[in-house]
Amino acid sequence: MSTALLADITAPNINYYMLAPILVVLGGAVLSVLVEAFYPRESRRSAQLALVLTTLAVAFLAVLNIKADSILGFTVVNSVAIDGVAVFLQGLIILSAIVGALLISENRIDPLGDAFASQASALPGSQDEQAFTERGWYQTEVWSLFLFSVGGMLIFPVANDLLTLFVALEVMSLPLYLLAGMARRRRLLSQEAALKYFVLGAFSSAFMLYGSALVYGFANSVELGDIAKAVSSSAANSNLMLVGSVFILIGLLFKVGAAPFHQWTPDVYQGAPTAITAFMGAATKVAAFGALLRIFYVALAGMTWDLSAVLWAIAIVTMLVGTIIGVAQSDIKRMLAYSSIAHAGFLLLGVIAQSKTALDGSLFYLAGYSFTTLGAFAVVSLVRDASGEANHLGQWAGLGKRSPLVASIFALFLLALAGIPLTSGFVGKFAVFAAAYEAGLAPLVIVAVIASMIAGFFYVRVIVLMFFTDSSNDDVSVVVPSFATQAAITITVVATIALGVFPQPVIDLLSTALLLK
Amino acid sequence: MNFSLPYLSLLIALPTIGAALIGIFRIKDENQVRKVGVLFAILTAALAILMAVNYDSNSYSALQFVEKYNWIPAFGTSFALGVDGISLTLIVLAAILVPVVLIAGWKESEGQRGSVRQYVVLTLVTEAMMIGVFAATDVFLFYVFFEAILIPMYILIGRFGGARASYAAVKFLLYSLVGGLLMLVSLIGLWVISKEQFGAGTFDWIALQDLQIDGTTQNWLFLGFFIAFAIKAPLFPFHTWLPDAAGEATPGSATLLVGVLDKIGTFGMIRYLLPLFPLAVDYFRPVIIVMCLIGIIYGALLAIGQSDIKRLIAYTSVSHFGFIALGIFAYTSQGLSGASLYMINHGFSTAALFLIAGFLISRRGSRFIEDFGGVAKVAPLLAGAFLLAGLSSLALPGMSSFVSEFLVLTGTFTRYPVPAIIATTGIVLAALYILLMIQRTMTGEPSEAVRNSVGELNTREKVAIAPVIAIILVLGFFPQIVLNVVNPTIDRVMILVGATDPLPTQGEN
Repeated sequence: MSTALLADITAPNINYYMLAPILVVLGGAVLSVLVEAFYPRESRRSAQLALVLTTLAVAFLAVLNIKADSILGFTVVNSVAIDGVAVFLQGLIILSAIVGALLISENRIDPLGDAFASQASALPGSQDEQAFTERGWYQTEVWSLFLFSVGGMLIFPVANDLLTLFVALEVMSLPLYLLAGMARRRRLLSQEAALKYFVLGAFSSAFMLYGSALVYGFANSVELGDIAKAVSSSAANSNLMLVGSVFILIGLLFKVGAAPFHQWTPDVYQGAPTAITAFMGAATKVAAFGALLRIFYVALAGMTWDLSAVLWAIAIVTMLVGTIIGVAQSDIKRMLAYSSIAHAGFLLLGVIAQSKTALDGSLFYLAGYSFTTLGAFAVVSLVRDASGEANHLGQWAGLGKRSPLVASIFALFLLALAGIPLTSGFVGKFAVFAAAYEAGLAPLVIVAVIASMIAGFFYVRVIVLMFFTDSSNDDVSVVVPSFATQAAITITVVATIALGVFPQPVIDLLSTALLLK
Repeated sequence: MNFSLPYLSLLIALPTIGAALIGIFRIKDENQVRKVGVLFAILTAALAILMAVNYDSNSYSALQFVEKYNWIPAFGTSFALGVDGISLTLIVLAAILVPVVLIAGWKESEGQRGSVRQYVVLTLVTEAMMIGVFAATDVFLFYVFFEAILIPMYILIGRFGGARASYAAVKFLLYSLVGGLLMLVSLIGLWVISKEQFGAGTFDWIALQDLQIDGTTQNWLFLGFFIAFAIKAPLFPFHTWLPDAAGEATPGSATLLVGVLDKIGTFGMIRYLLPLFPLAVDYFRPVIIVMCLIGIIYGALLAIGQSDIKRLIAYTSVSHFGFIALGIFAYTSQGLSGASLYMINHGFSTAALFLIAGFLISRRGSRFIEDFGGVAKVAPLLAGAFLLAGLSSLALPGMSSFVSEFLVLTGTFTRYPVPAIIATTGIVLAALYILLMIQRTMTGEPSEAVRNSVGELNTREKVAIAPVIAIILVLGFFPQIVLNVVNPTIDRVMILVGATDPLPTQGEN
């Protein structure tokens, strides 16, 4: 009996080339754990940094290899789909991760060390904490967690069945929950953020898992292609499928930070170490929107009509919540968090529009947005006073006078977020809005434009503060960062301008990128 | 005359290069910065005049000096430049005013929050973008310049203006952004329709004229563009940002803002609204004409009530823009010619008013009319120049504005007699606000403070203001210089929109 069963199980056919980027990153993560265990503490930090950067570089080459040889298709029993979109998203996530790693490695701007607690397990304010800080320890486990998270992000947008999607979600999120709680300064705020993120994240994961179960009940399969077939072939409109898909969407919308599942965003963006916020704000958004696009375009394409009312409402609420509440913020990181919510709303237009142009537009938008976000948070980490980062908007007054270069760079990022022409933000917005208009979503485009106006107000307000307001506090200064952060800022500035002025190469790249169904 | 320079690219490039040189070499000496700036501005002006000389006003082609380079093929947009009669005259206006502004405002950038270098660089960048806006024949490119120009102008107002400059700058920026984003929606709509009808989306202005758009869609698309242009122009009730911005900006920046930048609005109406949305123009015409009339009267009345010279000039412009838009939407070739000529004349006479007011203000250290009086006794030349500028602004015969105002009114009268008659009261009010201001600042016995502070025009100021006054007088007697260039374009527009001039009213036999 058992032998008969065993005979039925054939070893899955695995194409290692297709999986190479994921395997390299996860392998690097395992190595990083070993380094943590066996490497002497003094040189651990530099070893980890070298390992991480090498891993990411090799992973990027692996992505390029897939692209060059176009070895596309499904693998591992159809649970992973490597297609043009997947290659683009993976490449983008790895690039964001490289910039993120450069930012995480920063240890010059804070006199005490890097942005992470010397020993995250030490109680805030305790003598232990002080002792570890004085010893100058680094919490190098950050790097292992970081790589695991990147690995999860690489799987998330290529997952072709709901279970892989769920596993990827957890691999991506769990390390992030931890990383969010490890800030060196304002530790209680950071830990509170981590706990909030974890509890709400677990809650939404549960929704997603339950939704997957319901959808399985309807379609008798967890594969996206089979679900699509089941949706199109079933004559009766099943409530099981409807509820299931809404639950899955809740899980994904939580990750992209769409209202009303956005509550965690401002707290986590504010509490997490800024380098982590930068990485998370960029790469998680890319991974989560990648997954959302795939689920929606592949599995739920036949459900558009049933889900449209819900999605319209969510998109409108997200855009308005992000921008209107964003206006009332006085903390720069919270303001950028609300801005990220608004951008999630704009991107939802590309999800709803359901067309090739909308897909291309959304991917371009993600590319522009991720670099701009990384850059903006990198600049945020440089403006400091004696107690750490100066995040209150009032402390940014008059920055343009003291550090014109840094203020101008930040202004560039704000203008890109606002979608002013000649920045990547404008091209992305244009591409997504045009696709949405084409798909008959003109009312949503008008709401999006109104939201952009409101958002324009709070971006401009920061520029006014920096350039036109005289400062009252002289203890705030811009710290000269290490070479790594300088490189990260340079990369993001160049990307923001290049994608805004000469977007054509990227658009060409995207026009050939298809979704496998 | 087949020898052709890429005039338009060069005109955009020259000021940009000047700005880049000053920026890159970080020239320390303030005078040197200004000299380099003026040099490049004069070179640009010379090139613009050369282009105008080479412009063939008898040609039947819609655009001349056409250049086209691929930019983002995926969006069907290209870096496409070209001029017709109207944009040519506006480019020349901009190119002449920038060196004038730099020379006249030699000192106004000193002791400000921003440095002299920033001021000159930003002014040159603004010039490049203004030329770009008028030269763009790709609607997307036009939009890019339209939005991008806000940034240097915003900094010019905010960093170099008066006490409430930052408030005024933000108000200017937000109003313009709102308009720009509404226009973006219409732009997207236009593109999507072109994609449906042509198979591939395009932003080419000429190609877009072949679109067949139904009335309702036209109305919506029209509104997006129109509100953007009405804010820019500005027409009542979208005008409230202008007095603040022009009042707080330095006289030089105010000149560029009101004299040139605001013309983008009225230029856009002729260039884009009339040919692309003729049905919508017909539909909205009554409302727009009422807006123009309110603007003409309301702007004039508020101008009379102002105590601040610069705000007064700003309100006179609200009134004048009402005239320009009235001429445009009257839909007669006379009205359109008048409006096009008015754009140029208004540019020069407002420049003269703002710059001379700037001379006065910098001497006395106050913007308020009550602080002056009797200037004619202590600085007769200055007072005389101010009087001339004022008379041009109130459209006295012999001054350039007279011809354009007359053309607008006759052009309007043939189609809409009642609005034309109402608009005429604007002329009477114009005499009131200008002459009252001149009476209160120039005549009477000079006070001690005026006697001590206000001196005669110096050589630099004379050099700056002389060409402007000369142009005002020349165009007053020979408006044909501009009209000959503009009229063929107007005829084309009239054919495009399918409008014919109403026959002149005949007396009963």
